[in-house]
Amino acid sequence: MSLYRDEGVVLRTQKLGEADRIVTILTKRTGKVRGVAKGVRRTTSRFGARLEPFTHVDLQLHTGRTLDVITQAETLRPYGEGLAADYPRYTAGSAMLETADRLTMGEKEPALRQFLLLIGGLRTLVEQEHEARLVLDAYFLRSLAVAGYAPALESCARCSAPAVRAFAIVAGGMVCGTCRPAGAAVPSAETIVLMTALLRGDWPTADASEARYRTECSGLVAAYLQWHLEHGIRSLRHVERV
Amino acid sequence: MYEGVVQNLIDELGMLPGVGPKSAQRIAFHLLAADPADVNRLAHALLEVKEKVRFCRVCGNVAAEEECRICRDARRDEHVICVVEESKDVVAIEKTREFRGRYHVLGGAISPIEGVGPDDLRIRELMTRLADGQVTELILATDPNLEGEATATYLARLVKPMGLKVTRLASGLPVGGDLEYADEVTLGRAFEGRRLLDV
Ligand SMILES: [Zn+2]
Ligand SMILES: [Zn+2]
Repeated sequence: MSLYRDEGVVLRTQKLGEADRIVTILTKRTGKVRGVAKGVRRTTSRFGARLEPFTHVDLQLHTGRTLDVITQAETLRPYGEGLAADYPRYTAGSAMLETADRLTMGEKEPALRQFLLLIGGLRTLVEQEHEARLVLDAYFLRSLAVAGYAPALESCARCSAPAVRAFAIVAGGMVCGTCRPAGAAVPSAETIVLMTALLRGDWPTADASEARYRTECSGLVAAYLQWHLEHGIRSLRHVERV
Repeated sequence: MYEGVVQNLIDELGMLPGVGPKSAQRIAFHLLAADPADVNRLAHALLEVKEKVRFCRVCGNVAAEEECRICRDARRDEHVICVVEESKDVVAIEKTREFRGRYHVLGGAISPIEGVGPDDLRIRELMTRLADGQVTELILATDPNLEGEATATYLARLVKPMGLKVTRLASGLPVGGDLEYADEVTLGRAFEGRRLLDV
């Protein structure tokens, strides 16, 4: 059995047996790891809240036959504490974790950019400087981009000609008049400006946007995300707007 | 793999929470070797529990009748409701003898990732109980972990307009665990030192 160390964000936990949990962690160097935390559900556990979803932890693991075993965990930042006290942010954060889990398909395949994006997204969410739903949509767009699914927003997703005001999920974003399929959405120009700002991380533009364009943008981003992830994101149904 | 009926038993046992394939096999062979009368009693207890036990129509706790023992007990304070995730949490709190009010069992905690939202829990039933203004204090005793905290936050915000006192078990409770594993002394202290929740 070999021992290794890494840092990561706890994505989800599942009960195992009497008092253990299987903890899924997106780590910086190793990629996604599933490890067993023994006795973690007992209130006397030395792990305490360190292996709860959202926690950024420093870990030591033993390589196991099927699952690795978590032997040590130290909190680097407990993002969950702030999120559990703010329901809309908790639901937005949950959708981020689920998306990170879904976009990193294989276990132990390094996914450094997804890890950094998730850490950045959680930090922004906890800092409360921007509306939760904007932070979530920005995270969705950028994590899709890292996975190779960035929506085309300026030129046609199919032929690269200048796009008209038509967003076709199946085509991969905005399309030109020729490529435009039947049933393409016709978003406001302001909505596309907002989506572009979120994808680039231009917060002044995003923060200045009006509520109706945020709603329209969220709808398109959610539909786009759900289409790219085979089974959809379960948490999305429970995300609350303030 | 074993002969039909033995494998059936192993498969069924293996579906129980906390029972892995090895334990299932061990239990199955224990039953095979056991006194038929003992096995009969076990089988009878299993059938009986499904036949006779149901969930209290008021609080959602396990009950042998329409209403559970606590809801039928007139000596229990009807002005205080303690909200817990599971029936086993009621048992844990009863052991402390610190609490003389009533309970409300949610049936879990809000966990968007697991697809569990407010509508999947007995929250509507709780709101109905609070509607007549009889209850003056709501104690949120969901588990001291992430989902439990988030569920408490949600409930505190939901009942805020009703103007009742909303409290949460003291933070002395170790975090990250399940309420049912807290020892009686710690849990009792957490009750005594419960803090006002302000959202
Ligand atoms: Zn085109
Ligand atoms: Zn009852």
